[in-house]
Amino acid sequence: MCRASPPAVTGARQAIEALARADTGRLLGSLLNHIRDFQMAEDCLQEALESALVHWQRSGLPASPAGWVLQTARRKAIDRLRRARNFERKAAEYAVLLDLDRESVECDEPAAIPDERLRLIFTCCHPALDAKTSVALTLRTLCGLTTREIARAFLDSEDAMAQRLVRARHKITRAGIPFEIPGPDLWSERLNAVLTVIYLVFNEGYSATAGPTHLRTDLCEEALRLGSLMKVLRPAEAEIEGLLALMLLIHARASARSDPYGAMVPLDRQDRTLWDRAMIARGLAELDRALSRHSPGPFQLQAAIGAVHAEAPDHAATGWRDIALLYDGLHAMTGNPVHLLNRAVAVSFAEGPEAALSILDRLEADLGQYQPFHAARADLLRRMRRFDSARAAYRRAISLSGNGSERDFLSGRLEAIAEDD
Amino acid sequence: MKYLALIYTDPSIAPPPDPSRKMLAAYQAANAVFQRDGVMLAGEALQPTSTATSVRVRNGETETIDGPFAETKEQLGGFYMFDCANLDDAIKYAAMIPGAAHGTVEVRPVVVFA
Repeated sequence: MCRASPPAVTGARQAIEALARADTGRLLGSLLNHIRDFQMAEDCLQEALESALVHWQRSGLPASPAGWVLQTARRKAIDRLRRARNFERKAAEYAVLLDLDRESVECDEPAAIPDERLRLIFTCCHPALDAKTSVALTLRTLCGLTTREIARAFLDSEDAMAQRLVRARHKITRAGIPFEIPGPDLWSERLNAVLTVIYLVFNEGYSATAGPTHLRTDLCEEALRLGSLMKVLRPAEAEIEGLLALMLLIHARASARSDPYGAMVPLDRQDRTLWDRAMIARGLAELDRALSRHSPGPFQLQAAIGAVHAEAPDHAATGWRDIALLYDGLHAMTGNPVHLLNRAVAVSFAEGPEAALSILDRLEADLGQYQPFHAARADLLRRMRRFDSARAAYRRAISLSGNGSERDFLSGRLEAIAEDD
Repeated sequence: MKYLALIYTDPSIAPPPDPSRKMLAAYQAANAVFQRDGVMLAGEALQPTSTATSVRVRNGETETIDGPFAETKEQLGGFYMFDCANLDDAIKYAAMIPGAAHGTVEVRPVVVFA
């Protein structure tokens, strides 16, 4: 006989899913305080969540679900350590963990669990891990996404993503990547690494036009959540506010940047009445707070560029000279030639395409293999009515593009020239 | 934790066994820091790979091959064994190795057998 799950079963399952989503970072961070092995901490947490499903279906939810899971995970860790053949020698190392087991944490509210998420995010975003691995590990541990959800977001197989995560956890333990908030000498470099990972999550969501979008977790939302979390964990940090401002100002344009058929709409053709004004106001307020700290950084400058766009009534009346100056500043700060490409585009709207083209010619050596370089060049040539050269540049851009909707967009521009000519 | 720092450099830049006096002075200065901080367990420079012999045993027979395990432009030119609190410290000391300024230093944790 077949029957629907009783309410206790669905209730427990939902509670566990919500808990995994909201509290994985806190729980894992707390476990890593006493368990050096990252993979073991994660495994014990997973096993505790599985036990929770069995127990809570039978006896209902405990007073503090998060406290229950933490204590169960600690006990599972202790069981594993006791079974290990070197337990006697290691007992001193785990003395604190053993002590913790003696006192009950049943009454611990999630808020009473020490918040180690800042240490956790610095570990996950350590520069000894590659960027994609840091992104995946951060989504897994800080955002509580499942491996399947992360694999889908990156259009990877679940197996490949699971292996990537296991390798990363082993490397953290075996290579001695510290579970620490970096000291003053490393602080700004490491903070930038963390913010860059969060911005990569955001950009992955922003450009996620390939594949079935409705199946993919909204990575932009996850990135905003991580940015807000960083702000809670480390208030009054200008670059954190700068990143948050940048993401809000870009995300505010979300509904204007694709047409009803899912095709990309460039900034100059966007219907600005679709921009989310409330989100823009939040972004601008965040940027003001950041700038008032007089501690400039690349995320604040990028946010300032976003603010110039957000405040412009239309594309033509945008403060392109301000934007060109801001890109100059970004290039001076980071040495990244892509900022000079963007500066050239801003110059083309301020002074005309001829001035911009001569800037681009000097960037060819650095950016000759970079798709946006050729797309920008094609657009300048088209505006100068040098159609043959523009077509060649669009073809080059299309050949370098790895994204379907981007290729469609460039092909559309190429065909539009054929009609003009 | 113990970390082995393997120094890979292009021998045309710093040809052993006759490194420039500047290079030697740079290594002496780095060694002084490593010893002051008590992190250096060992550290040696190696003769060039033209002096290497690769050895393997197959079917009980010892085979020797003239040359390094892998022919690459950058060669293993020396190593340090550091004892550090964590990878951040190991990276800090690896970055002080003069060879890191033109070659690459690979940092590998040493296995601790339980």
